[in-house]
Amino acid sequence: MSWTGWLQAGFVLLIIILATKPLGSYIAAVFAGERNVLSKLLRPIEHGCYRLCRIDPQREMLWQEYGGAVLIFSLVGCGYLFALLLTQAYLPLNPQHASNFAPDLAWNTAVSFTTNTNWQFYSGETAMSQLSQMIGLAWHNFVSAATGIAIAIAMIRGITRRGIATLGNFWVDLTRALLYLLLPLSLIGALALCWQGVPQNFHRYTQITTYEHGSQLLPQGPIASQEIIKLLGTNGGGYVNANSASPSENPTPLSNLIEMVSMFLIGAALTYTYGRYARDQRQGWAIFVAMAILFVAGFASVYAAEAAGNPIVHQLGVAGGNMEGKEVRFGLPGSALFATMTTDTSCGAVNAMHDSFTPLGGLVLLLNMQLGEVVFGGVGSGLYGILLFVILTVFIAGLMVGRTPEYLGKKIERREVQYAILAALVVPIFALLPTAIAAVLPSALNTLGNAGPHGFSEILYAYSSGVNNNGSAFGGLGPNLWWNLSLSVVMLVGRFGIIVPALALAGSLANKRVVPASVGTFETCSPIFVLLLIGVILIVGALTFFPADALGPIVEQLLMQKGTTW
Amino acid sequence: MVTNRQRPALFESTLLWPAIKSSLVKLDPRQQLRNPVMFVVEVAAATCTLLALRDATKSNAGFDCAIAAWLWFTVLFANFAEAIAEGRGKAQADTLRRSRSDTYARRLHDDGSETQVISADLRQGDRVIAEANDIIAADGEIIEGAASVDESAITGESAPVIREAGGDRSSVTGGTRVLSDRIVFRVSANPGSSFLDRMIALVEGASRQKTPNEIALSILLCGLTLIFLVAVTTLAPFSLYAGSMPSLVELIALLICLIPTTIGGLLSAIGIAGMDRVLQRNVLAVSGRAVEAAGDIDTLLLDKTGTITLGNRQASEIVLAPGVTQATAYRAAFLASSCDETPEGRSIVALSHQADVSMPDNAAPVPFSAYTRLSGIDLPNGEQYRKGAPESLRAWIAHKNQAPNDNHTVLSSEVERIARAGGTPLLLADATRILGVILLRDVLKPNTRERFARLRAMGIRTVMITGDNPLTASAIATEAGVDDFLAEATPETKMDLIKREQREGRLIAMTGDGTNDAPALAQADVGVAMNTGTQAAKEAANMVDLDSDPTKLIEIVEIGKQLLMTRGALTTFSIANDVAKYFAILPAMFAATYPVMNRLNIMHLATPQSAILSAIIFNALIIIGLIPLALRGVPYRPRGANAVLQENVLIYGLGGLIVPFIGIKAIDLLLLALHLTKGQS
Repeated sequence: MSWTGWLQAGFVLLIIILATKPLGSYIAAVFAGERNVLSKLLRPIEHGCYRLCRIDPQREMLWQEYGGAVLIFSLVGCGYLFALLLTQAYLPLNPQHASNFAPDLAWNTAVSFTTNTNWQFYSGETAMSQLSQMIGLAWHNFVSAATGIAIAIAMIRGITRRGIATLGNFWVDLTRALLYLLLPLSLIGALALCWQGVPQNFHRYTQITTYEHGSQLLPQGPIASQEIIKLLGTNGGGYVNANSASPSENPTPLSNLIEMVSMFLIGAALTYTYGRYARDQRQGWAIFVAMAILFVAGFASVYAAEAAGNPIVHQLGVAGGNMEGKEVRFGLPGSALFATMTTDTSCGAVNAMHDSFTPLGGLVLLLNMQLGEVVFGGVGSGLYGILLFVILTVFIAGLMVGRTPEYLGKKIERREVQYAILAALVVPIFALLPTAIAAVLPSALNTLGNAGPHGFSEILYAYSSGVNNNGSAFGGLGPNLWWNLSLSVVMLVGRFGIIVPALALAGSLANKRVVPASVGTFETCSPIFVLLLIGVILIVGALTFFPADALGPIVEQLLMQKGTTW
Repeated sequence: MVTNRQRPALFESTLLWPAIKSSLVKLDPRQQLRNPVMFVVEVAAATCTLLALRDATKSNAGFDCAIAAWLWFTVLFANFAEAIAEGRGKAQADTLRRSRSDTYARRLHDDGSETQVISADLRQGDRVIAEANDIIAADGEIIEGAASVDESAITGESAPVIREAGGDRSSVTGGTRVLSDRIVFRVSANPGSSFLDRMIALVEGASRQKTPNEIALSILLCGLTLIFLVAVTTLAPFSLYAGSMPSLVELIALLICLIPTTIGGLLSAIGIAGMDRVLQRNVLAVSGRAVEAAGDIDTLLLDKTGTITLGNRQASEIVLAPGVTQATAYRAAFLASSCDETPEGRSIVALSHQADVSMPDNAAPVPFSAYTRLSGIDLPNGEQYRKGAPESLRAWIAHKNQAPNDNHTVLSSEVERIARAGGTPLLLADATRILGVILLRDVLKPNTRERFARLRAMGIRTVMITGDNPLTASAIATEAGVDDFLAEATPETKMDLIKREQREGRLIAMTGDGTNDAPALAQADVGVAMNTGTQAAKEAANMVDLDSDPTKLIEIVEIGKQLLMTRGALTTFSIANDVAKYFAILPAMFAATYPVMNRLNIMHLATPQSAILSAIIFNALIIIGLIPLALRGVPYRPRGANAVLQENVLIYGLGGLIVPFIGIKAIDLLLLALHLTKGQS
């Protein structure tokens, strides 16, 4: 490890810290319908949208209705993309003549983009038409992110509201997230990426001759616009197969920085928005600090593991860290940082091949996801995910101080615990059960690229990534009916199996009486609470996955140190 | 302070055998199903037993048997914890029940005749006669007469109390004994449903319902159990992938170690022990819910008299009017009070006794009346002395002198000063002039300030309820250190205060004894009725204090908090334990498939079998080890929530991480020393 490596991480974190307050207060203003810097420009468009769609922006929804709207909206969007992928060959803007998707792959891809997962069982540059990229994938990149933000805002409202049973209007929240937040930020980001050399055009792919006199096809298309929302919206689905490792998507260290910051930007800012709604900024910062600690610990572990390198390679006389599968222009720290951040969030974009990380480094990436991606997390989903953990922590801590637990003055009782537990069950069950089936299912194992513990890690990684809507992969899996269908189920449950209890929890808290705080109430922003929160996240996440991880990356690392490979 | 009175020894030998017997009876799966975590353990134990029997001839039969045995022990230990808690509760209840053995009662008929019936045949509404030396056969309300009653069977207090029809002291409790006179009372509860019966049922566990927090915690524990069930079940195909399958017994052992058996096994014992602690303090509660709610109390309403101050005021000073000598004033005070037998009057005599005055014969005492609001004495020589409320006394002098004089200004500033300071001013006069003002002071009960400071440290606000005027009330409130007061309180203003606090989201506790307290007691979240109070008050309340001590509420609050803390602490401990158990079992389980995993055997446990066995034994023994904590409760010191949280996270969180590492290693060493396991080859 080098100090410049740490400097890179410190620099990214610094930018995030600095951006959190201004962006967080802006988001709070947007969703409260208050005046903000863009309202003059966008208010007329916003109201035009409402008139066009016959939405009464004043009418608020109970959690059931809010959740229903989310489900219907997502289902319709999923069907739309499914249809588009089945028919793209007949549609315009297809310069490379990409053919129609097979139904199971189309379904997997449609679910994947609807759920903000962006798991890709295809190579973007060859399988997708430019039209599918623009009106299919980009649509979901925007709206799945906006849906996540809307649910986070609904959850915030539920926790912080007093005397109101409703959670807001989903259509209004969705519109505002798109119009005021995602579109302007994407515009700025896309221009910055263009400046760094990312293509944004409708050209046919360019044939070039490489230095080795080989022939290579350079992808062209509206890449920059797709690229920025891929990160801002923590989607992660690359325009090209190599994702952010490819120079087409991520050409320079500066573009790498822009992309990394984009992953954390909104997730971090939402903690500030939360503090604003709670009328107590410390509540937001406490969550921010818990996230930041987990982030730094994760990065330190990945960086250390990668810098330590592979003893088997060392024996061959190649000293230094593990550079396999990493881009030289990003180096060890740039790759370790990107990988940590992409698994902390539900992004899943990659600038290095996670499959090639040392087993220990790969374990941390796996764990980041298995903890539920609550380290800044997916846009919106990170916040509502960690708030579910906060509820569990408050419950346990509350018992320890001898008082029915309260969070921001609202009593955490049977129903709240029930919903939080229900959500907490989703990730372990829907990551471990399908992994267990796949581990003994011949049709799944047939396509596995690696044997031994590493092959197992690939399966575990796929489902951990799917259930948490991350979308990054260890690779090594060949798409077939089993993978397409099982992963689509896991992605759907992972998304909506958490959204529904989260909204139910918010709805149950919304109308609760607020108990005034006293010395008898423990603070939910004290250092000890932050530590306890981290403890609960680790216990629920890490302890459940420890046996599985032990049979995958942990044993692989131990074997690697003894010189065994697979 | 939570005191230790009447606490039976933890494992009293008389309780031990019944508890052991009861632990076996509780193995009945239908009973076990009430506790899902332990039900899983029982199913696991049964499965392991079958597996051990099936493989009885194989080499690993000994190991399987040992695991199965320790799993049964785990269930039994948990049952034992519950049984011993119930046993202690029963012992407590039996003491109370002894007073309820069948007695004969004289039922009164409408025509005036009476018949002898046994107490069990009495029904609500029956009228019963009790005379000197009769045992009162049922709870009821006196409708005729008055009697002195020995309630020591219920309260332990030997001094007899007066019970009479009408007013606030009209209720009688079954099992108490009439010492003198004759009363007729109306039975207020059918046999078996009286307050005491309900309480006995609660500690015995028969009708014990889970409290809201207990239910929420059970859901959490079930959720964790389910998660670990998935984690362990999936381990079978995972190992199949890796090339070899751990035995089913090993998988079951891992599962039982991971699910929260410690808290699951002790959960109901904690709840029963909480009720038992309430009973030990001579408080009857209608439900566990009420005790739990006591831990959540935000505001405590306390009657001034009896709770904050002693029942009477005392003279502490006599301020002289201008031109009056001390001797004159003290003599007047002494004479005016010498026939006054109220505690206030006696305190004035005591204060002024230094004057060498003798009581003349034939003096005519003038008793206090609500109309004149004066008292005093008329001497044979024509001298008249009076003391009384300032306005009344001024009016009296004016009347005596047939003319207004300047007396209305004399000492008026002193009178006001005293009132503001929380005292009661009494003017002292002879027939012509005001001699001075006697300062009567409320006497605070000892340690009130500390008591309220402690409540404040817990985050509980105290509100003093008094009939005094706001000026006096405020002064006493300041002196006693309560946070707020309600002056000139009436039942209506009391009710309003409760409702207002509740609207703001606070939980209210109050004590009361009168019939007019009943609505407020019912409205309050925790209402504690004094046993000396009326039946109406007791019916409205959710607890009855047999000692009729209003400060008992503070102890009840502490018990409620302790109850929750014990559950929270053991939950944290239980979950934190899992880390060490993983490090014991996982390397052992995969010793054959991946020998390299022995690197994770950081405790250096001797063999894979001893590692798994040690973890299971630790898991079972820790339940026994924590029974005392579950029954006694986590020690509670009144402090702010943040400090409590910090301490408990440190003790039970960090402790929960470390203790099993030590425990499992120790058991492993012991197994090795006893040659119950082979050393590592």
